[in-house]
Amino acid sequence: MDLNLLLLATVDGLSYAGSLFLISLGLTLICGVFGVINVAHGSLYAFGGYSAASLLAWLLPHTSSTPVLVASLFVAAAVVGGCLGALLERSLLRHFQDRDPVLQLLVTFAVFMVLEDVQRMVWGATPVNAGDLATRLGTTELLGVTFMNYQLLFIPGVALVAYAGLQLLLRHSTAGRQIVAVIHHREVATALGINAARIGTLTFALAGALGALGGALSVPMTSFVPGLGAEMIVTSFAVIATAGLGQVTGALVAAVLIGMARSLAVYTLPELEVVMPYLMMVAVLLVRPHGLFSATAARRI
Amino acid sequence: MRTPISPVAVALAVLLVLAAGWAWPWSRMPIITFLCFGLAALGLTVLMRAGQVSFGHAMYAAVGGYATAFAVRAFPGIDGLAAAAAGVLASLAAGALVAAFVSRYRGIFFGMLNLGLSMVLFSLAGKLYAWTGGTDGLRFERPPLLGVAMERGQFELAMLVLALSLAVGIAWMVQRYFDSCAGQVMLAIRTNETRLEYIGLSARSVLAQGYVLSAGLVGLAGALLALVQSLVTPESGYWIRSGEYVFIAILGGSGHAIGAFLGAAVFELIKLAAAAWFTDAWQILLGATLIAVIFFAPQGIVGWRRRAPKPAQPTPAAQEAR
Amino acid sequence: MSAPATHELLRTEGLTLRFGGIAAADGIDFTLARGEHLAVIGANGAGKTTFINICTGYIRPSSGRVLFEGVDITRKGPRQIARLGVGRSFQLPQLFLDHTVRQCLELASVSRQGRLSRWTSLSRAADQRAVAEMLELVELAAHADDLTAVLPEGRRKLLDVGIALMLEPKLVIMDEPTSGVSSEDKHGVMQTLMRALQQRRVTSWFVEHDVEIVRRYATRVAAWIDGRVAADGAPAQVFADPLVRREVLGER
Repeated sequence: MDLNLLLLATVDGLSYAGSLFLISLGLTLICGVFGVINVAHGSLYAFGGYSAASLLAWLLPHTSSTPVLVASLFVAAAVVGGCLGALLERSLLRHFQDRDPVLQLLVTFAVFMVLEDVQRMVWGATPVNAGDLATRLGTTELLGVTFMNYQLLFIPGVALVAYAGLQLLLRHSTAGRQIVAVIHHREVATALGINAARIGTLTFALAGALGALGGALSVPMTSFVPGLGAEMIVTSFAVIATAGLGQVTGALVAAVLIGMARSLAVYTLPELEVVMPYLMMVAVLLVRPHGLFSATAARRI
Repeated sequence: MRTPISPVAVALAVLLVLAAGWAWPWSRMPIITFLCFGLAALGLTVLMRAGQVSFGHAMYAAVGGYATAFAVRAFPGIDGLAAAAAGVLASLAAGALVAAFVSRYRGIFFGMLNLGLSMVLFSLAGKLYAWTGGTDGLRFERPPLLGVAMERGQFELAMLVLALSLAVGIAWMVQRYFDSCAGQVMLAIRTNETRLEYIGLSARSVLAQGYVLSAGLVGLAGALLALVQSLVTPESGYWIRSGEYVFIAILGGSGHAIGAFLGAAVFELIKLAAAAWFTDAWQILLGATLIAVIFFAPQGIVGWRRRAPKPAQPTPAAQEAR
Repeated sequence: MSAPATHELLRTEGLTLRFGGIAAADGIDFTLARGEHLAVIGANGAGKTTFINICTGYIRPSSGRVLFEGVDITRKGPRQIARLGVGRSFQLPQLFLDHTVRQCLELASVSRQGRLSRWTSLSRAADQRAVAEMLELVELAAHADDLTAVLPEGRRKLLDVGIALMLEPKLVIMDEPTSGVSSEDKHGVMQTLMRALQQRRVTSWFVEHDVEIVRRYATRVAAWIDGRVAADGAPAQVFADPLVRREVLGER
């Protein structure tokens, strides 16, 4: 395989990885903080995308300023994802917080089912997209191939900013440090005066916004149809399982690995393209069940 | 321990189901679907009694279904029963292969590994168009049953009788397994695997056997469904389908083999009711039901004997830290 | 490799376990002979249970080895060691919480028989005569069909020992068998247990804090201090040792 193809595959892989990481970030945050795998994260992704598309459709007759339109994606994600995430935690998941993690997972699966129907009722089954917003950011030519700046630079850029922002938040802000305290020891954190319940809601709101952002930023590139959320949740789950549940930096690395593996497959064995995330996940789980980056040694009996 | 199931009640239920299938042709597919989902959920129940939940077991339904389809397409004129048997054998073989390594995992890692494997299979089934028909799946000719070629209505009725007899017979056999030495060891895996090892029993090998059984049960469900629809698609092995099987197993409860079928009946009834009265809001209804069940009755319909809150049992190594 | 002495049941050579800088077991050379009734004493954290965990295959030592009847069992797990004839009960009773008292013993019974049927029910496959005998021995006949989860603390201990004894082991290791048993019952329980062990010619090794129990029922005492065997011999001799009196019994 010649160098050109390799470079193209790398570029392709990294930009896909950016998108993948962004989508997985919220999921792994919830895993780390609550020890719960939130299947409804897929719905947050879908709602983010659909809402962003609706907001764009409403805005387009009034403005054609690209920055405003792009900003509206973020607004839609923050509002819809944040509210939905917070609502989910406060009204439902809080009541199951002492149950077996598998039961908690099933509750989120039930929520996912409900939201799938709600989504279909609100937006229907016809594909929804964001028109030509992605093309407005222009293109770049690399090695004879034209890439959209939106896909090549914008999404990976947002992913990196989100990563850096989250790390900064967790380490240097009061709220962030409180979140970390609650992760480490809920009871001690409460004894120290931290309102663990409020932190819980806040974290879910944040994770929800991140998940919705993944969708909002994807809708200019992909048509949204029923079933996309289901596909997204299982792919992002493969990323975080490979990395280790709750590992944020690990998720970044895993996203890159999976993105690269997938794009290499596209150029060599195209049938394996969609299988790549899951092959990686299985391969890692067989060798290190806790994921590539978790501290605990493999627990097997 | 288990609620004694009266044979009279079972016989009555069987007769009712047969009567409904006979009298109302539209009910045959829903009944067959409920019976198959019950069989699949029973497979999940086997593992749940050992405290393990697989999020990928629908892959065995896909294996069973595709093997059945391959058998019918490769051997024209083959009997439907033989094709289904091929499906079951294939899923047992696949289960045995996977059991060898998956039986070393516990908890969420067991669930995740099964999910990963099922998604590999699902993705391949969708992509390898030449073998699997891609995302549209494989269609095949309706085969004869016990040598008799049938048209649709008859075929569905015959499949109903087949599914019903298999369900009753297999539920009885699996319940015997639950009460057997191996079945009771499976229960002990959930509560104290370390002690099992200390009394000389291999939790891993008993779990592996249970896994193969569960794969065969789900495979049978997949084979029967494929047979009655004359079609198998990758969807039959999708993670959402696995989730539905888990849902039904929890809904029914793992205290008795009949739980899986009670859960499947409720599941199918809700789907029918939603289709009739709430047009396509069946997922909302099902989701709400699952949440309610988990909140109020996590032990499911059958219920499990009331367990006193589990006192913390530190591992022997942890004890020395005092 | 020299032929094992026929009276020797268990031997450890240089058994060491280090966690970071701490030695939970520090180069222990120890021998247990057939027919002995060894009491192990020591303060909490001295390494008594760690030593048991290593000898029964639950933890791998950092160095050294363990032999049972001349066979190297250092790398073997609890299951294989149990099959070789070692039974063990635990400081915190390890029971099957979804099962009844009787079923716990039945599980041990079918394991001893080596048959794990997928068809015959547990109650039919178990040796009910042996189960009934054990229920009598550990005084749990009245609770036979109770869930273990509802058993009071003292009885849980006894059941734990009973499960180990159902395996008909050559060596039974009991970690604080009478802790949790009320003081009036302690001696009665210990007496019944020891009589049964002598009858069945089972060697025993028990961790115990009660000095009277040790004096009455042990043929040999070993005192553990900081991961090493500090004193080893007849009860009277060990209890007279000033180091033992200070570090283990807490006398000034």
